[in-house]
Amino acid sequence: MAVLVYTETLNGNFKKNAFEAVSYAYDLAEKTGQPLVAIAFNAESCDALFDYGVNKVLHVKDENLKMFNARVFAQVIADIATKQSAHTLILSATTDAKYMGGILAAKLKAGFVPNVMARPLSIEPLVVKRMTFSNKGFAHTRINTDFRIIGVSNNSFGLVENKVDGSIEELSTDVGDSDFNTRSVNVERVTGKVTIADADIVVSGGRGLKGPENWGLVEELADVLGAATACSKPVSDMGWRPHSEHVGQTGKPVACNLYVAIGISGAIQHLAGINASKVKVVINTDPEAPFFKAADYGIVGDAFEVVPKLTEKLKEFKAQNA
Amino acid sequence: MKILVCISNVPDTTSKINFTDGDTKFDSNGVQFVINPNDEFGLTRAMWFKEKQGAVVHVATVGEIQVEPTMRKALAIGADEAIRVNAQPTDGFFVASQLAEVVKQGGYDLVIAGRESIDYNGGMVPGIMSELLDMSFVNTCIGLEIEGQNATASREIDGGKETIETTLPLIIGGQKGLVEETDLRIPNMRGIMMARQKKLTVVEPTDVSPATEDIKFEKPAPKGDVKLVDAGNIDELVSLLHQEAKVI
Ligand SMILES: Cc1cc2nc3c(=O)[nH]c(=O)nc-3n(C[C@H](O)[C@H](O)[C@H](O)COP(=O)(O)OP(=O)(O)OC[C@H]3O[C@@H](n4cnc5c(N)ncnc54)[C@H](O)[C@@H]3O)c2cc1C
Ligand SMILES: Nc1ncnc2c1ncn2[C@@H]1O[C@H](COP(=O)(O)O)[C@@H](O)[C@H]1O
Repeated sequence: MAVLVYTETLNGNFKKNAFEAVSYAYDLAEKTGQPLVAIAFNAESCDALFDYGVNKVLHVKDENLKMFNARVFAQVIADIATKQSAHTLILSATTDAKYMGGILAAKLKAGFVPNVMARPLSIEPLVVKRMTFSNKGFAHTRINTDFRIIGVSNNSFGLVENKVDGSIEELSTDVGDSDFNTRSVNVERVTGKVTIADADIVVSGGRGLKGPENWGLVEELADVLGAATACSKPVSDMGWRPHSEHVGQTGKPVACNLYVAIGISGAIQHLAGINASKVKVVINTDPEAPFFKAADYGIVGDAFEVVPKLTEKLKEFKAQNA
Repeated sequence: MKILVCISNVPDTTSKINFTDGDTKFDSNGVQFVINPNDEFGLTRAMWFKEKQGAVVHVATVGEIQVEPTMRKALAIGADEAIRVNAQPTDGFFVASQLAEVVKQGGYDLVIAGRESIDYNGGMVPGIMSELLDMSFVNTCIGLEIEGQNATASREIDGGKETIETTLPLIIGGQKGLVEETDLRIPNMRGIMMARQKKLTVVEPTDVSPATEDIKFEKPAPKGDVKLVDAGNIDELVSLLHQEAKVI
């Protein structure tokens, strides 16, 4: 028996989320005395996985798996899990992993717990801590089934290096045309920009910025920080920014290391979606804005004055610490 | 086309969340319940299919009698019939199994669920259903067009958008984008009156054990006070972020 972890790639390279899932899986494998086995599709090189404690990589190279397809990917993963007689599968919290989670749970007759934020509270029975009620609460969830699937929340466990000498086994699949009941016909992906899902730092703007023409402020700050840009719901509803940037309870969830909120009041629905972030900074003219109650650091001031200065200071800081 | 919209009955987004019975249960005292926001986007898209393409729209909820006001609201918005599976929604697998049974009985061509409920946050009910029913499935769905048996859906991906072609029967996990915020409808008087006459069928659950169980809840630790930095002293913020918070 082994602990399995699915390691997601984009264009052949492992995502950061994959290493976090592996770090979590390694911890569990250690505790239960099982080997750690990673499943990877079409990776250029699997070596990086050994830095995080993977004993063996089951690598599948297959043209049919070049493009993500939830049902087909889940079928291949479930087949491998069954052949390995594994009982535990660790996933990350990417959009694609969440897409597969339910499908895999049904295929493997597994209890699936997503949004897990810490190492298990108990191993036998397996009890994990997960975020629920849109981050306004945490649940201790017991998994009752033989096969268990855990989805690790972004930036919750962190990356933990554990170098080992591992091996790679190449596998083949028999995926065929008839296995696809959905077909991807077009993918538009922004390139050269950090996405909210992958970002360590997110710089977010609200209605306090007055209009889309002022977003240069947000983008320049994001640039120096290597951050993704985001916005509050009304900002995307008014079309100042694309919907894909809307964060919060009804938008994208954000769980980054540093969240900078500019001209955002801090409504409960906004906070619910970003509260899992570790450090929050708020810049707002109104000292009574609710965001000040949720933030770690704050500046009461006008964004149009404060943000360009902050950008300048950070540039200087970067230059000194380069 | 026959559409089923799966509606989760959730605490209003402004609700304070508390637990009771030694932190083993959600405390619904004083909490207002609403249609899960992602499901409201789905229901509104279903109304479009009803009005433009003559679809019949049913809604289903797994829940006890207290969920009926939320179901009546869905009927007042324009759904034709409602089905309530009379059981407490214990976990994603249990709920998906119950809803899958409703789909089998009703012979639906399109099942619209939400990407995620804002209370359980499982994000798994539509995925599990798709597998139990062997139906095509598109998650994080932000656009859906249907012609005959063919569907074109767009879905949000990390850093972009993907267009998918598929066929009915189909399940989606929907979210904002399916319709816009401004398309959402508040039930009018006529709708509310008509909803009272519409059929709300109660069915008993099938015998399935939940795969997971929440044995205890906790609330996030109270937050310490914010550290305020003077607008004229931004260097201080930079050094706090570097030395204290260690995030830059
Ligand atoms: C069902 C539901 C779901 C929702 N989901 C979400 C969600 O997912 N995400 C979300 O964000 N919202 C959501 N909302 C909306 C939420 O309630 C708030 O309306 C929204 O977050 C407010 O956005 P804002 O902070 O940008 O705007 P406002 O509330 O208008 O705040 C603007 C802030 O900018 C400050 N300001 C003004 N000028 C300046 C300046 N020059 N410099 C600095 N600060 C300035 C003001 O003091 C104010 O605090 C939801 C609401 C509902 C009902
Ligand atoms: N009790 C329920 N009754 C009906 N539909 C539900 C219920 N719970 C969840 N769903 C549907 O499944 C979606 C995802 O829920 P979840 O898996 O709980 O995040 C929701 O948006 C609803 O469409």
